[in-house]
Amino acid sequence: MLQDKDRIFLNLYGQDDWGLEGARRRGIWDNTKDLVALGREEIIQRIKDSQLRGRGGAGFPAGLKWSFMPKENDGRPHYLVINADESEPGSCKDREILRNDPHMLLEGCVIAGFAMGAHRAFIYIRGEYWEPLRNLEAAILQAREAGLLGEDACGSGWAFDIEVSRGAGAYICGEETALLESLEGKKGQPRLKPPFPAAVGVYGCPTTVTNVETVAVAPAILRRGVEWWTGLGRPNNTGTKIFSISGCVNQPCNVEEEMGIPMKELIEKHAGGVRGGWENLQAVVPGGSSVPCLPEPICSTMLMDFDSLREAKSGLGTAAVIVIDKSVDIVEAITRFSHFYMHESCGQCTPCREGTGWMYRVMKRLVKGEAEIDEIDTLLDVTYQVEGHTICALGDAAAWPIQGLIRHFRPELEKRIASYRQMMQAAE
Amino acid sequence: MPKLTIDDKEIEVPAGVTVLQACEMAGAEIPRFCYHERLSVAGNCRMCLVELERAPKPIASCAMPVGEGMVIRTDSEKIRKARNGVMEFLLINHPLDCPICDQGGECDLQDQAMAYGFDHSRFEENKRAVPEKYMGPLIKTIMTRCIHCTRCVRFATEIAGVEDIGLLNRGEHAEISTLERAIDSELSGNLVDVCPVGALTSAPYQFAARPWELRKTLSIDVMDAVGSNIRVDARGRHVMRVLPRLHEGINEEWIADKTRHACDGLARQRLDRPYVRGADGRLKAASWSEAFSAVAARLKGTDGKKIAAIAGDLCDAESMLALKDLMANLGSPNLDCRQDGATVGEGPRSSYLFNSSIAGIERADAVLIVGSNPRWEAPMVNARIRKRFLQTGMPVGVIGENVDLTYQTQYLGAGPETLKELAEGRHPFAEVLEKATHPMLILGSGALARADGPAILALARALAEKAGMVKEASGDEPAWNGFNVLQRAASRVAGLDIGFLPGEGGRATAEILSGAESGEIEVVYLLGADELDTARLAKAFVIYQGHHGDAGAQAADVILPGAAYTEKNGTFVNTEGRVQLGRLAVFPPGEAREDWTILRALSGELGEALPYDNLGMLRASLVERCPVFAAIDQIEPAAWEPFGQDGSVDSAPFVMPIANYYMTDPISRSSETMARCTEALNKGAEKATGTDG
Amino acid sequence: MRVLKTTSYDAPRTDGFAFTAENKAKADAYRARYPEGREASAVLWLLYLAQEQNDGWVSNDAIEYVAAELGMAPIRVYEVASFYTMFNLRPVGRYLVQVCRTTSCWMRGSDAITKACLEEAGTASLGEVSDDGVFSVVEVECLGACCNAPMFQVNDRNYFEDLTPESARAVMAKLRAGEEVKPGSQSGRAGSEPQDGAKTLLHLAQSPAPAGEGA
Repeated sequence: MLQDKDRIFLNLYGQDDWGLEGARRRGIWDNTKDLVALGREEIIQRIKDSQLRGRGGAGFPAGLKWSFMPKENDGRPHYLVINADESEPGSCKDREILRNDPHMLLEGCVIAGFAMGAHRAFIYIRGEYWEPLRNLEAAILQAREAGLLGEDACGSGWAFDIEVSRGAGAYICGEETALLESLEGKKGQPRLKPPFPAAVGVYGCPTTVTNVETVAVAPAILRRGVEWWTGLGRPNNTGTKIFSISGCVNQPCNVEEEMGIPMKELIEKHAGGVRGGWENLQAVVPGGSSVPCLPEPICSTMLMDFDSLREAKSGLGTAAVIVIDKSVDIVEAITRFSHFYMHESCGQCTPCREGTGWMYRVMKRLVKGEAEIDEIDTLLDVTYQVEGHTICALGDAAAWPIQGLIRHFRPELEKRIASYRQMMQAAE
Repeated sequence: MPKLTIDDKEIEVPAGVTVLQACEMAGAEIPRFCYHERLSVAGNCRMCLVELERAPKPIASCAMPVGEGMVIRTDSEKIRKARNGVMEFLLINHPLDCPICDQGGECDLQDQAMAYGFDHSRFEENKRAVPEKYMGPLIKTIMTRCIHCTRCVRFATEIAGVEDIGLLNRGEHAEISTLERAIDSELSGNLVDVCPVGALTSAPYQFAARPWELRKTLSIDVMDAVGSNIRVDARGRHVMRVLPRLHEGINEEWIADKTRHACDGLARQRLDRPYVRGADGRLKAASWSEAFSAVAARLKGTDGKKIAAIAGDLCDAESMLALKDLMANLGSPNLDCRQDGATVGEGPRSSYLFNSSIAGIERADAVLIVGSNPRWEAPMVNARIRKRFLQTGMPVGVIGENVDLTYQTQYLGAGPETLKELAEGRHPFAEVLEKATHPMLILGSGALARADGPAILALARALAEKAGMVKEASGDEPAWNGFNVLQRAASRVAGLDIGFLPGEGGRATAEILSGAESGEIEVVYLLGADELDTARLAKAFVIYQGHHGDAGAQAADVILPGAAYTEKNGTFVNTEGRVQLGRLAVFPPGEAREDWTILRALSGELGEALPYDNLGMLRASLVERCPVFAAIDQIEPAAWEPFGQDGSVDSAPFVMPIANYYMTDPISRSSETMARCTEALNKGAEKATGTDG
Repeated sequence: MRVLKTTSYDAPRTDGFAFTAENKAKADAYRARYPEGREASAVLWLLYLAQEQNDGWVSNDAIEYVAAELGMAPIRVYEVASFYTMFNLRPVGRYLVQVCRTTSCWMRGSDAITKACLEEAGTASLGEVSDDGVFSVVEVECLGACCNAPMFQVNDRNYFEDLTPESARAVMAKLRAGEEVKPGSQSGRAGSEPQDGAKTLLHLAQSPAPAGEGA
């Protein structure tokens, strides 16, 4: 278990003041100027060395991403865009940073923005996050007033300011190019890549879009040192991570833990264990709704990091651990995800627009067993027809939960179809 | 030039093309719905997926630029499965109502389903139904058929320049919508062409015919002086529809709505037999010989100087030449092809042509529009200016009425005074033109039809010279002539080319009309001329040869029924000076005849037959006397010779010659479709909006 | 940055709706957040203002007004308003109760919450506005408070979390009565710590401090 001294998020639960005073007490904005003084190259190099991977779901190496920004300025402004559109079912970690420690994010923005040659950041926050929005905007005013943002941010000599944009209810805007479209005042429909945002981002300018948590931890990595960070977790899966544990546990909670903590330890130590005991566990969705679920036997030994979960054909995603116990109808649990993806499909490209609705409707029938046995294969086939064929990853995200269900719970589906048939025959 | 391997075949392609284009160059066919080479790339249909070596997923070839050393597969099992999958998704919510769909037989979805579809459906759920949308009188929607390719949205926004169509909602509820407003564009008919399925179909043509029943004739449009290339689809004796035909130099692959949809006017108000006005003052149906006799009787003994002829806007060159020859036989010098009353056009060809050519607009880097609304007078020219504007953001100045041209313009002034300021270098925009490397001036035909037309022409020429609009070729840079007259009448350039103009001591249109009032002109021969104040002809004996019972026919004493442009083989010269051939698609109705044959027959009746027995001989005569007619579909650069006449200009503002885009000639005035468009869309003077940048 | 007018469209109809002076000032401030020529970026902000001013929903007039304010074609604003679920294109109750229905909430009893909310609202079906106009209840997808499930959001504002059918009804009853109701956890949690108290950083402040009033 992560020791308190290694924790970064000191006000995760909001017991302390989220404002500037509290933030300063927690060491935020402490000599930020010196961190900036490291210089662009050095900051990016250290982030690369830390092996920090993006906390927004895809786990892309953060330092590498930051380094994609053009080194030379061609006259177009550079932008840092913070993806605070946290909408992945199961995930509720960025909300806590935004409302309980917004200055952590703001300080991270100054560092990351400077490292990218950006003078301006936009924080795109999901529209439903009213309280986080309010605190964030207030924190920005505090930071401006204190000279932490502005013409000479933190006395670093670097002009830097942050504006907040509010989403309005669209999961897809968590996809970085959809977010940029939304930021420009359009529908959140993902763009074709290439060009990538680092070349052509918001307003046609070089842009890096990055997750709240990723940016929020960057100052701590620079302050405490790369070695400290890489000493946590294992290679390529370093540092700490906020886990959101929800569903059938006794004490659902967010908690910052070491990367690679065993899933069982995470659930039992922090979330009060599975309802009815570990034996009552049916499955876990380990990284938010987009990743395939894992059945109980795998969960017992599973380590919570990018590579371990990938090996198990699932993923760490946003580290949103959704626990499903045996009392839950797992087919309906996954069907709810399918409904989610149908609801959130932007409608732009064919496989997702048409496929998500199709998949959901078959799933809905499967909950009751109202289907033919071969429809399980048809459904699986449809998921493969969606996967990898869409503009953005939402198609994949819609396909994977169903693939996970069929992979691990096919007998359950077959059983339902058989009993539905029996019931119908009995009724005749 | 990047080299890549496509299906094991190495190919070198120009840098900047997409993988889809490269695949086509390599001979691999790539299916697509959303991709359209003249629209921005949407990449949303996912039909064009190909395999790129080392890429984890198939890529949308339409959106991927080629890269050196790419290895592409278009024919793998994986790709076949991917395309089958996309096709299946497109079809699950498609109604498959091909038997009652107007797109049937020419539908991309239908065609590609043959190649990539399954023979059965695995979709057990209910299909989606989408309510119809109102898009105006030209477009019928059956939105359940829509595959959300957004071609229509992109066409409207990018080519037509009207933000009237959008994709509302999201996910499976996504719907194309216009907010129930008619699409306010002269190019809206093209939406039907860009729609790859039967979601947007032609409203006037609905349930009218099947593509395989139609006889297709390649021809030329006469609704304006652009000479758009068209295909006339006919069944039996009826023109069923008009479609665009690709011509990169003129209309690309679009046509304007009047070009496309005025064709129902060809079947209405037709003059299908001769008429002679009786003693009771009423027109009575007559035979050809009765009509000819009536004409001959009136002309007999009439002094040639008292006879006049005016050619209208839709005439072919051959009939104008025949009429000119006939007038010569009668000893009349009074002929004019400028029924709008213009007195310019007698000078060199460069004084009345769109010298830089329509495609040449894409070389311009500053434009001045004088006394013209190209959006109405020549929608295809306007579309080209817009295209260039989007490429470069070039400055476009406007003198005249301040109308919304769909791109940003700088309004400089209302009348000739502003033109004068520019010509004398007293206006800041003069500097903009002078600084440009390819400055362009577009002078509207309306500006030249004024009494001070010759002086305005001279002013415009002076400005052109001052701003360096005419340049010799130098090095790699071809010659440039940015002086352009935008003609409006399809017949005008040919008329001027063959000299259908007042001869020695002859009268122009205005004097013909005044002469008819005073009695100095006794006989007026109107060849399809309807845009005149025919009341002024009341005292004269009027012979009207034409195809519609319009103003000219009502004023006539003898009506000789001619052929509309779809009913004859005729030569037209567009505003660029490009000679093009219109072709007979259907025969003229009833007893109507091709126009030159009428004139030839009449000349015999009058005792001196014109010296051509067939169209070939007439054309030979045309070429002999006017060699430009020999070069079909070519533009011969016109020599920059002196023209115009210095003089004082009237300070009255320029007035647009068209009050209603949809009704400008006898055909469009007879069209019910155009009447519906007028009702829904014509806002006349209200159209003027401030677009000052 | 020079931004060219590149298309034409019918001028928006703006006779039916206009911002109050206060909202107009707010709208100007939102516009100023974005670079010159990029005013369209403020469209979501302005739609929120319009929705708030228009009793919780965005009327066609309001959309046209926002289009005119930002120099956008009306169809582009319609696209946006219809794309994002937080804009209601039809009238709603004074309090729009949005119950999260996605898996984490569902497993912790969101169905019962929805049922209780409908009963408390006195409406038979989702989306229906109660006769007194006070409530409409809808189900929405994940609101990102999964560790405090089940929960609902009221209008575009507060979350009410850790609900039971009883506490859900109690919240609504207070809203109806116009009484003050504490947002957030209804089971006494400060945030998303375990229900029986945080297990980490116990040496730091345990009692919720007055939140940054500097703002």
